Amino acid sequence: MGGEATKAISKEVLWGGGRSPFSVSYGKMMMWYFLVSDALTFGGLLTAYGFVRASSTDSWPIGEQVFRSLPGLDGEYPLIYVALMTFILIVSSVTMVLAVEAGHRNDKSGVTRWLALTIIGGFFFLGSQAWEWSHFIHGSGGSFLLEESVTVTSDDGEVFNLTKGEPVFMDHHFGHLAEPWMEGQTNVSLVESTNGIKLIEVGEHSHEAELHALTLNKYVENESLVSGDEAMKLWNARSSTFAFGANMHDNEYAIQQAYANFFFFITGFHGFHVFSGVVINIIIFIMVIQGVFERRKHYEMVEKVGLYWHFIDLVWVFVFTFFYLV
Amino acid sequence: MERDDLIVNDSYALNSHHSEEQGEKIRKNIWKVTGILTFLTTVEVLMGIYFKRSETFTWAMIKWSFIILTMVKAAYIVLVFMHLGDERSNLKKVIIAPYMLFIGYLIFIAISEGFGHLGNFNTLH
Repeated sequence: MGGEATKAISKEVLWGGGRSPFSVSYGKMMMWYFLVSDALTFGGLLTAYGFVRASSTDSWPIGEQVFRSLPGLDGEYPLIYVALMTFILIVSSVTMVLAVEAGHRNDKSGVTRWLALTIIGGFFFLGSQAWEWSHFIHGSGGSFLLEESVTVTSDDGEVFNLTKGEPVFMDHHFGHLAEPWMEGQTNVSLVESTNGIKLIEVGEHSHEAELHALTLNKYVENESLVSGDEAMKLWNARSSTFAFGANMHDNEYAIQQAYANFFFFITGFHGFHVFSGVVINIIIFIMVIQGVFERRKHYEMVEKVGLYWHFIDLVWVFVFTFFYLV
Repeated sequence: MERDDLIVNDSYALNSHHSEEQGEKIRKNIWKVTGILTFLTTVEVLMGIYFKRSETFTWAMIKWSFIILTMVKAAYIVLVFMHLGDERSNLKKVIIAPYMLFIGYLIFIAISEGFGHLGNFNTLH
């Protein structure tokens, strides 16, 4: 491997003009320079995230408690989905490096096959991210803030002295009806039930949801379930500030909006890189099929877009650590 | 300006060509690195699920292991997948140096300016 780069060339010849002192072509070097600057942009974003998080006085949401759902399943699977996304990106990086390797042997069918698999991997990642965004935006039940101080005992027997402004989290079923009820839709009404209260939606698909339990500290340390009469105490101390899912102004995950905004900006900026990477890969894929590089007798263009594609994987490794794990 | 990547039989591009036997060795290395990256990611995820943040001492150690594992993964991706390990050492330095400066700057700024929120902020003025 390396070829030209590992060739012994005297310093005078190397810097004396007439050849690249780095022993790489202009295009490949410029791709590296672009990646250096692009990585500094991501570095700036992750640094800003770190500083805002460190200076936050409220508890910051924990990755494995916010991201613990899988499509179509009900239970809790902390980080599994994000791990799956990471794996998809690693695999598509591997297929890309195999395409580059095939290019070094002028193996057109090998490049075609591996590049096609890389593009498919890219689409899988984009699809996964679309689901993750959708899940983050829709939320899992919503939350409300307390209007007054209240003391409750959790199911584990721990006593919580809560003050005004602290968040309380609803479950998925109750929150689903609480949202239209809070918006004042007339087909949803709140009624007393044998165990407390329930929300009833009438219409084409009538259904109801009982207030079984509420959760404290759902996305931070010491997550606790409060049910029965204790949950009613929390419900009666509620303010009119409800949040369902997340957008640019409001979110159910953290008292501080910065968390949701950083999620949208960092993963969104990365996702846009993946999208543009897939588009570039498709363009190069078409050129491979047309035989452009076969006529040129080298597949360096595949190597250059490969650099960009690996860079996207590299950034995700850092986003995975600093946004989801730490 | 002439685009040097359009040159047929360009020397820089052609010199990175290799034979079938060399290719076999390179592919073997690629699959080995794939295994390492997958293993490290699995370790990270299991650590993230298993360890609780309330145990402060352990969590600080876990956090640093995440950062070290990430650096190891990043090194494998850059050196093997992006072939930076095969490039000339002057190109390696040109690419790595900005980050050494950036990291040094971050450490400096975190140490010199990063404690404003720890309570003694007001007494400084």
